[in-house]
Amino acid sequence: MKEFLEGSRTVARTVRLCRPGVIAAYPITPQTHIVEDLAQMVADGELDSQFINVESEHSAASVVLGAVAAGVRAFSATSSQGLLLMAEVIFNIAGMRLPLVIVNANRAVSAPINIWNDHQDSVTVRDAGILQFYAENNQEVADLVLLAYRVGEDPKISLPALVCMDGYILTHGHEVVDIPEQKQVDKFLPEFQPVVKLDPENPETMGYLGTPEIYMETRYALQETMLEALEVITSASQEFERIFGRALPPFYEAYKLEDAERAIVAMGSVAGTIKEVVDEMRQEGQKVGLLKLITYRPFPADALYEALENVPEIAVLEKAISMGAFGPVYTDLKASFQGKEAAPKISGFVIGLGGRDVSKDSIRRVFEELRGPQTPAKFMDVKTELVTA
Amino acid sequence: MTEHLFSRGHTACAGCGQALGARLVVDAAGRNCIITNNTGCLEVFSTGFPQSAWQVPWIHSLFENAAAVASGVEAALRYQGKLDKIKVIAQGGDGSTSDIGFGALSGMVERGHDVLYVCYDNEAYMNTGIQRSGLTPFDSNTTTSPPGKASFGNWRPKKPLPQIVAAHGAPYVATASVGFPRDVERKVKKALSIEGPKYIQLFVPCPLGWRHEARLTYEVARLVVETGLFPLVEFEDGELTRVRQIKPKPVEEYLKLQGRFSHLFRDEAGKAEIAKIQTIADANIKRFGLVAEKKEKAKESKKQEKASKS
Ligand SMILES: Cc1ncc(C[n+]2csc(CCOP(=O)(O)OP(=O)(O)O)c2C)c(N)n1
Ligand SMILES: [Mg+2]
Repeated sequence: MKEFLEGSRTVARTVRLCRPGVIAAYPITPQTHIVEDLAQMVADGELDSQFINVESEHSAASVVLGAVAAGVRAFSATSSQGLLLMAEVIFNIAGMRLPLVIVNANRAVSAPINIWNDHQDSVTVRDAGILQFYAENNQEVADLVLLAYRVGEDPKISLPALVCMDGYILTHGHEVVDIPEQKQVDKFLPEFQPVVKLDPENPETMGYLGTPEIYMETRYALQETMLEALEVITSASQEFERIFGRALPPFYEAYKLEDAERAIVAMGSVAGTIKEVVDEMRQEGQKVGLLKLITYRPFPADALYEALENVPEIAVLEKAISMGAFGPVYTDLKASFQGKEAAPKISGFVIGLGGRDVSKDSIRRVFEELRGPQTPAKFMDVKTELVTA
Repeated sequence: MTEHLFSRGHTACAGCGQALGARLVVDAAGRNCIITNNTGCLEVFSTGFPQSAWQVPWIHSLFENAAAVASGVEAALRYQGKLDKIKVIAQGGDGSTSDIGFGALSGMVERGHDVLYVCYDNEAYMNTGIQRSGLTPFDSNTTTSPPGKASFGNWRPKKPLPQIVAAHGAPYVATASVGFPRDVERKVKKALSIEGPKYIQLFVPCPLGWRHEARLTYEVARLVVETGLFPLVEFEDGELTRVRQIKPKPVEEYLKLQGRFSHLFRDEAGKAEIAKIQTIADANIKRFGLVAEKKEKAKESKKQEKASKS
């Protein structure tokens, strides 16, 4: 049913349809509306779930870890400092192969403390073994929550997933969204069947000490599973379209990319602005396009290569940077092209950190910059007069 | 022979009090329980893949989160309607419990989860090589509180964790020692018969870290109680309801068995330190009424009688 909803409410409504038995979260702006909505649903008897008000995000992640280990579907949401505090637990959840979904309201990390949007928080936990999806709008957030549960709980995968939505821009933005029927969701997302669980009838030990004799194999298996998830994401996205009658591209959305001479690669809500600029520039006769990356982990390297091999000039536009190096997506994309036949010029741009507005004009300038020399990590819109030596 | 629920497949040191304690706890709890375990010696020596000493469902996640993982397990069981049949136990060492995992423990108790938390108190971070924790006793020699020209070792007394948890309003809090195995069993069973958050702090000697002979574990675990340094007490709903009475022995008898206190037996200055430790024991005896008042009073009055006669 189509409704006009706030992004956080869209998430809460979608999560309710997924029937999590345990929800644990800790307040942090701009995530808080999501769990407030869920708490109200539980209080109103509209959602049969144990809502656990924890004392930290570390414990929020640990509570959902325990719940899934005991065989129950679980949900959490967080942002920024909260996600960083969860980081230790997230690596552990992934290593223990426990599927669950965390929604991250993307926000800058301290210092300086800043509650506005960028992607530094979630890309920082990219190495954990948690699937990562980035949404452009609230419909996509909702759809990705469903997809994330479905893929993560697939017995072949059994991994946690992080669904990323831009703080404020999406969490507090109102949009018309199509909230599916419970029947449809139940069909797409059958009851959770854990691969292992804590059960006195069949006592298992979970979380063994892994000596050098076996540790490497468990990590190798995790990497292999991550790569296998690419296939599972593809089939889940087909199933998604079949059940919900709406497309959810598995890895990326290509926008006017086919004959593009210049393209931007970006994640999240900024894709909306880029599409507008692409439309305008196309009208001016400039062959520009966009690749909106949805699945960041696992990184769909081959699919991206195929999608971009004929674009001679590519800009990776990121709301994050690995300090002292490059933007994380830039690095991954460069690696995907390394040693391949096609050798486009790939440049990196850092933009919109800590909620700095990304204007159409900035996007236009990125396209223009692409005509110049290759740049590995160019900061856009920096007021140099404020930066003292 | 009864089958133990914590048995073959562990690699604890000879005389390890924690291995003894774990067996007492899980045997008393029985098969229908789920255990969550912090990182530490117990986790390391009981679950080296593919060996596990646990015959009950058991999970280790991280160093500081067993209380939170247990909260999640409990919530899941509640959701499934299985909480009446399955008991949840969280456990960790003194370091994970009193320091890094203290917030998680406090949260679990404050939220009222139906979980028994067992703190295996060997009075230091043993798994990483005997560093000081918030439950390391006064003047103890650890690798991060070494005695030297300017120090007698650990400069602070033990954090009063049982009282702190009791002050949360936990329905049941107790201390126990592996030197009194029947008492440990009774307390575990009692705790598990009560709904809500429970906490047991179990004294478990560590021959390696405390530098005492492996055969002395039991004796050390009794002496700590008999000197008044580790009172065996029970709190219900925050009120002290029961204590194990003692005929106090001087603290030297306990201290002298352990290398971690040997620096106190070298000179006069050390003697003065031992007197301070005696003060800690005396304060415990007074605070918790460890010596039967009636007998004490009777003795006192007899003394006075004698004095007045002579
Ligand atoms: C976050 C984190 N910090 C530090 C450690 C290192 N560490 C592992 S076990 C341990 C000591 C455990 O001490 P305690 O909780 O008293 O248990 P014991 O080994 O003495 O039984 C430490 C410091 C860790 N695993 N994780
Ligand atoms: Mg210890």
